Amino acid sequence: MVAGWFTGHGDDFRLLGTRCSACAAVFFPREDAHCRNPGCSGGELLEVPLSRRGRVWSYTDSRYRPPSPYVSDPELPWESYALIAVELEYERIVVLGQAVPGVNATDLAVGTEVEVVPGVLCEDAETIWTTWHWRPAEVTR
Amino acid sequence: MTADVAVLGAGMHPWGKWGRSFVEYGVAAARSALADAGVDWRQVGSIVGADTVRGGYPGYVAGATFAKALGWQGARVTSVYAACASGAQAVQSARAQILAGLADVVLVVGADAAPKGFFRPAGGGRPDDPDWLRFRVLGATNPTYFGLYARRRMAVHGDTLEDFAQVKVKNAAMGALNPNARYRKRVSAREVAAAPVVADPLRLLDICATSDGGAALVLSSMEFARRHGVDRPVRIRAVSTVTPRYPNTVLDLPDIATDAAPAGASTTETFRVSIARAAYEEAGIGPEDLSVAEVYDLSTALELQWYEDLALCGTGEGAKLLRDGATALGGHIPVNVSGGLASFGEAVPAQAIAQVCEITWQLRGEAGDRQVSGASVGITANQGLFGHGSAVIAVR
Ligand SMILES: [Zn+2]
Repeated sequence: MVAGWFTGHGDDFRLLGTRCSACAAVFFPREDAHCRNPGCSGGELLEVPLSRRGRVWSYTDSRYRPPSPYVSDPELPWESYALIAVELEYERIVVLGQAVPGVNATDLAVGTEVEVVPGVLCEDAETIWTTWHWRPAEVTR
Repeated sequence: MTADVAVLGAGMHPWGKWGRSFVEYGVAAARSALADAGVDWRQVGSIVGADTVRGGYPGYVAGATFAKALGWQGARVTSVYAACASGAQAVQSARAQILAGLADVVLVVGADAAPKGFFRPAGGGRPDDPDWLRFRVLGATNPTYFGLYARRRMAVHGDTLEDFAQVKVKNAAMGALNPNARYRKRVSAREVAAAPVVADPLRLLDICATSDGGAALVLSSMEFARRHGVDRPVRIRAVSTVTPRYPNTVLDLPDIATDAAPAGASTTETFRVSIARAAYEEAGIGPEDLSVAEVYDLSTALELQWYEDLALCGTGEGAKLLRDGATALGGHIPVNVSGGLASFGEAVPAQAIAQVCEITWQLRGEAGDRQVSGASVGITANQGLFGHGSAVIAVR
C-alpha cells in the first residue's frame, strides 16, 4: 500500500526515506520525483534508511473509530490506540505513527525515547497489511 | 502596502444542522450581505465563490452556482478552493479584481452543508493523496492532530486541561450572545471536564463540531463606496495567503511527517507565525494596534497557540493571557467574540468569510451584546490543509 516506506524484520526494521545527492535533504515519506528544497537545483534522490530511534515530540490517541479509508472491523468494539509523533535523532524529522498495541497515552511522555518496529495495520482473508509502530525503547532494555 | 478595499456589506445564514443544500445557505447569506450594503445584485460586477463539493457531482462550482441561484446577470465569476482557507482566498481574489480595476463591486460567498462526525477524505484508493494516506495508514483524524498540539503545549509550556477548558468557557459565553451561532448555551469548566475524551488530552467540548452555514461579503473600491454614499466604510487592509517556508518542521495537518531540520539549524519561524507576520507587514499594523481578533479555534488548545502566533503575547504565554482575562470581552484584546468555531462549528468554505463578517460588525459598532467598545482594528487568522495560510486585517 505504501511501497518502499519501510524494510526489514526484527532489529533490522527501518523506515525508508530518500536523500538528495545535491543538498543532502532527507524526505519521508520518500520523494522520488523532485527535491523539495527551494534553494536546491535538484539532485538525485537516493533511498536511505532512517534512524531507528527518536524522542516523542507529542502523542495522543483515537478514542473513537476513525472513518474509512482506515480499516477496522465494525463488528468488534472499538479499542483506542495511541498515536506518537517522533523526532528522529539524526535527521530531526518528526514522523507520526501508531504505538505498538498495549502502549497507551498514559504510558507516554514528551521526550521519551522510542524505536521503530514492524507492526500489523490490519488483516483480511487474503492479506496482512504491515506498517511501522513506535515502541518505547525501555520496553526492550 | 496595498490600497484599501471597502466592506460594504456582510451577511450570514445562521449556522447549525439544517439539512439543506449549501446553495440555500449561500444565497441567504448573499442576499443578506447585499441588503446590508444597499447594493442590487445586478450592480455586482463579479462574484467569487469559496468552493465545496456538490453532492453527487464531482465539481467545485460555487461561484457560478450562487450566481445562477441569484439570477444570471452576466457577472464575472471565480471559484476557489483552499480547504479551510477558501474564504480568505475568495476575499483575496475579490480584492485583487477591485484593485486591478476589473470590477467595482464584488460579492464573496462561502457556504457548506457538512457531514456529521469526523471529516474524511473522498472515497476510493488514492495513495497519492496525503489526506487519504493519513487516514488509511494511521487512522489520524483531525482531532488526533489537535490532541498532538495540545499535549505538546502541556509538555513545553505547562498548559493545563483547565486552561483549555477555560477557552471553551470563554467562547461559549460569547457565542451565547450571537444569534448566528449554532451553540448558544454557556458551558462550565466542569461540563468540559465531564465530556468524553476524543483524542487525549482533548475532550468533546474542546473540539469544534462540523456544521452547516453560510457567510458573504460585498466588497467594493473606495471610490464606489464614496459614490454610494458610504464615507467611512470598514476597509480591508491586508489579506495574507502565504505558504510555509522550507523546512517546515512543525507537524501539520494532513502530513505524516515534517521536513527534516538541517543540522545545526535553530528553530525557524513557524508557518502560523508567518501567516500573521505577512498580514501585519502588508497592513503596516502591529499586534499592539489590534482591538479584536477572530482566530481558528479548531480546538481550545489551538486558540492559545494562535495568541502566540499573532504575537498577542510571547511564546508560551498564551494560557497566561487567557487567565488574565485579556482575551475575554472587556479584556485588552478580545479573541473570538463571535463565539468562534467553538460556537459555530466548521462550515469549511464559509468560516474565513464569517470571521471577516464578525470583524466588520465589530468595527462598525453593530455587534450588539458582544460589542468590543471602540473597536477600530481587527485581524482574522485561519489555516487550510496543504499549506494554505489565511489572515485578514480590517480597519475603520
Ligand atoms: Zn536537494
